[in-house]
Amino acid sequence: MPAPSAEVMTASAGPGRAPVVEMFDVHAGYGKVAVLRGVNLTVPRGSVFALLGPNGAGKSTLLKVAGGRLVPTSGCVHVAGRHVNGTPPETFARAGVCSIPDQGVFPNLTVAENIRVFTHAGGVSASAAEERAFSRFPRLAERRRQLAGTLSGGERQMLAMARAFVNDPAVLLLDEISMGLAPMIVAQLYEVVGGLADEGITVVLVEQFAQAALRVATYAAIMKQGRIERVGEPGDIRDELAGAYLGGHQ
Amino acid sequence: MHGAFLSYLVVGIVIGCLYALTASGLVVTYTTSGIFNFAHGAIGMFMAFTYWQLAVGWHVPVPIALLLTLFVLAPLMGALVERIFIRPLYGASLGVTLVVTLGLLLLLLGVANAVWSPTVTRNLPPILMGHQVTIFGVVVSFYQLMVLVVSVAVAVVLRVLFTRTRVGITMRAVVDDRELTAMAGTSPHRTAQLSWALGASMAALAGILIAPLEHLDQLNLTLLVVTGYAAAVVGRLRSVPLTVLGAMLLGLLNSYAVGYLPSNWLSDLQPVLPMAVLFIMLLVMRPGRLAAGRVTGRITARIPSAQQSLLASALFVAAAVVASRLLSPSNLITAGAGLVIGLIALSLVLLTGFSGQVSLCQMTFAGAGAFVMGKTFGGSSIFGLVLAVIVPAAVGGLLAAAVLRLRGLYLALATLAFAYAADSLFFNHFLGFGGILKVGRVRIGLPTTQRGYFVLIAVVFAAVAAGLMALRRGPVGRLLAAMNDSEVACASVGLNITWVKILVFTLSAGIAGLGGAFYGGWQHEVGPNDFYFLFSLILLLLITIAGIDTVTGAFAAAIFYALQPQIARWVPIVSINYILVGVGAAMLGRNTGGVIGQMSAQREWLRARLGRGPTTEPLAVLDDGRDVAGALS
Repeated sequence: MPAPSAEVMTASAGPGRAPVVEMFDVHAGYGKVAVLRGVNLTVPRGSVFALLGPNGAGKSTLLKVAGGRLVPTSGCVHVAGRHVNGTPPETFARAGVCSIPDQGVFPNLTVAENIRVFTHAGGVSASAAEERAFSRFPRLAERRRQLAGTLSGGERQMLAMARAFVNDPAVLLLDEISMGLAPMIVAQLYEVVGGLADEGITVVLVEQFAQAALRVATYAAIMKQGRIERVGEPGDIRDELAGAYLGGHQ
Repeated sequence: MHGAFLSYLVVGIVIGCLYALTASGLVVTYTTSGIFNFAHGAIGMFMAFTYWQLAVGWHVPVPIALLLTLFVLAPLMGALVERIFIRPLYGASLGVTLVVTLGLLLLLLGVANAVWSPTVTRNLPPILMGHQVTIFGVVVSFYQLMVLVVSVAVAVVLRVLFTRTRVGITMRAVVDDRELTAMAGTSPHRTAQLSWALGASMAALAGILIAPLEHLDQLNLTLLVVTGYAAAVVGRLRSVPLTVLGAMLLGLLNSYAVGYLPSNWLSDLQPVLPMAVLFIMLLVMRPGRLAAGRVTGRITARIPSAQQSLLASALFVAAAVVASRLLSPSNLITAGAGLVIGLIALSLVLLTGFSGQVSLCQMTFAGAGAFVMGKTFGGSSIFGLVLAVIVPAAVGGLLAAAVLRLRGLYLALATLAFAYAADSLFFNHFLGFGGILKVGRVRIGLPTTQRGYFVLIAVVFAAVAAGLMALRRGPVGRLLAAMNDSEVACASVGLNITWVKILVFTLSAGIAGLGGAFYGGWQHEVGPNDFYFLFSLILLLLITIAGIDTVTGAFAAAIFYALQPQIARWVPIVSINYILVGVGAAMLGRNTGGVIGQMSAQREWLRARLGRGPTTEPLAVLDDGRDVAGALS
């Protein structure tokens, strides 16, 4: 199957109101280790979708598949109604799928240079990109000439998140943004996520720290052993979480 | 006196500029693709010859030939090299990347020898030669001025490219995190390809500018980059400004050494100055941090049991006895030559195959062994043989103690510098250019006829091989395997890897020395060219192609070596052996286990299929820490 070009894949130009991300019986893994074992998932446009579940459930792997960073071994991945299996990740990025891994910055580039690299996906000028990033995260403006590797964990996460503002993405894939950070900074970051959702950006987030995620989520799913166990509103999911993590029966 | 000083200053600056061009090209490729390109000089050499072919061979006007070479052919070559040889390498272990670029060096050298016969003298058309101006009483040629102007222009362009333009910044970003670059919307492959195109262009520029100083020579141009290594190490392989500074210092040092060193043995020092600088820089450098979170997950070959390896050794000796009866005298000579090379190659099985350290100076140790054997106890005594093991081992141990803080690439560069310096200062000095040293065959009651000596070498080979396998099975072998997998993990469980490294290096040098003594005995005499440092590289490539973590690999290398004259007879191409070894090594990115590794993998696959044993195929080859976490969460 030929890889879809960036134009046809652009989420906002997709046919009708197709869900932003859909997966049908997706299997994926690393070498011989199977991680996803038949995932079916629909992420509606404009939702904040939280993926929860114990370690090893396949949450991050699911996110990798959704961002084009891992090619599934079988099944279909649709972005904005288009079949995208095997499309390289840079095409996903240019089409508006913004993957942000935990503290995903280039450590040997300065803050300004990092932002410059982020502009590849959009058609944004360097100064406009910096303005957008610094208006959300004023702290980064102070660190403009500093190497990203020397930033604190929170600042690094801010810089990674700044990519979401530079490129006007249609979907944001966030992997464990709270990992190793102080609760205050986590709260700040989730405020930003909430703001992005209000602008109509679809957000899929993986989170260990379930309470923080459920506060901003419109939908949540529990993953277990490579499958989606349950999808629902945050209120319904909250009650089942303990069972999912502890492996008990309801 | 004053005028001479200034003249040497000008010459020094110009040479420094040329070094700087070479070295910064090297640094650019390294910082933008993460792979140290040993073949940088070879690319420059190849392009200088291409330019000669265009401008002189085919009478293309000089400006057009220049533009075509620098801006079309060189970038094209760089992009092709990236696509074919380098792309499979991302995430590979350092040893493999090293062997691949060294293979590329040999391949280009071989092809250049084959296309442009080295016996013909070629000169590049002079650019601005003949014109000159006088500045402060010093005569400066237009050529010298041009080199200066071009170098400054290149430095400015590079600076702007890498700090001011998006494409340049992205080139640096790719080295930091390939995957993240893709997530930001740029293809890391394309970017890396661009870096290699740029690097090749710079290599071509340096090659074309340097060539007019002498006539075109494949080997000299290729090895000019060795000076570039020294300058690049001053810049810690990353900083272009510091690299330029280092190149300038080297240029001046070189110029003043030519001018003022008295012409006695001290003048021997001049060619090794870059190497001395490289070596000293490596010694004073702070060691890098241990790289954590890297699981390269390579499966090594199966280790045979004690019975299996003893049986194989016995069979090997029996086969050697039969072969010594069947082979014609001339074939026996080549077979024996192959076998001694195999013996030397065994030292690399221990050092590189088992413990993952890369050495580019094994032939130097072999030479030391031959030298000691020839010089002591009349040249054929068993005591001489013992000394031929002990002395290289001691040298190896001292070298290891000095450079042991260095890892990977720096260790390889340090051993290269050592080999290069030993060539100029020791072998050429004590054996003399074209000089020979008689080396006898060890007398231990056995006949020293061709046949008898051949069998003796086979016995020694089998004994060393069986010994290595016993070592590999025991606790030391497990420690080495652990060290090879992850030094940081070893350090964190409290294993002292320092002593293990020194021990392995010492032992390996001793084996090489032993091999060298037999090498000398087989040939009856040795000269400085027998241990030329390039042969150490070729030996490493040969055995890596065959499969570096098995003694069978050493044997396969021996067979190839012995077959070389035959291959050269079948295929009437100059340097066909260079080309073959080069291609084999350069393709290793696709199959890091070598030929034996591939066969072993297939055998394991078959065994798993037949249900006779566990499969040893890696469960998951994970390329960095995050992926490990990703696989588990």
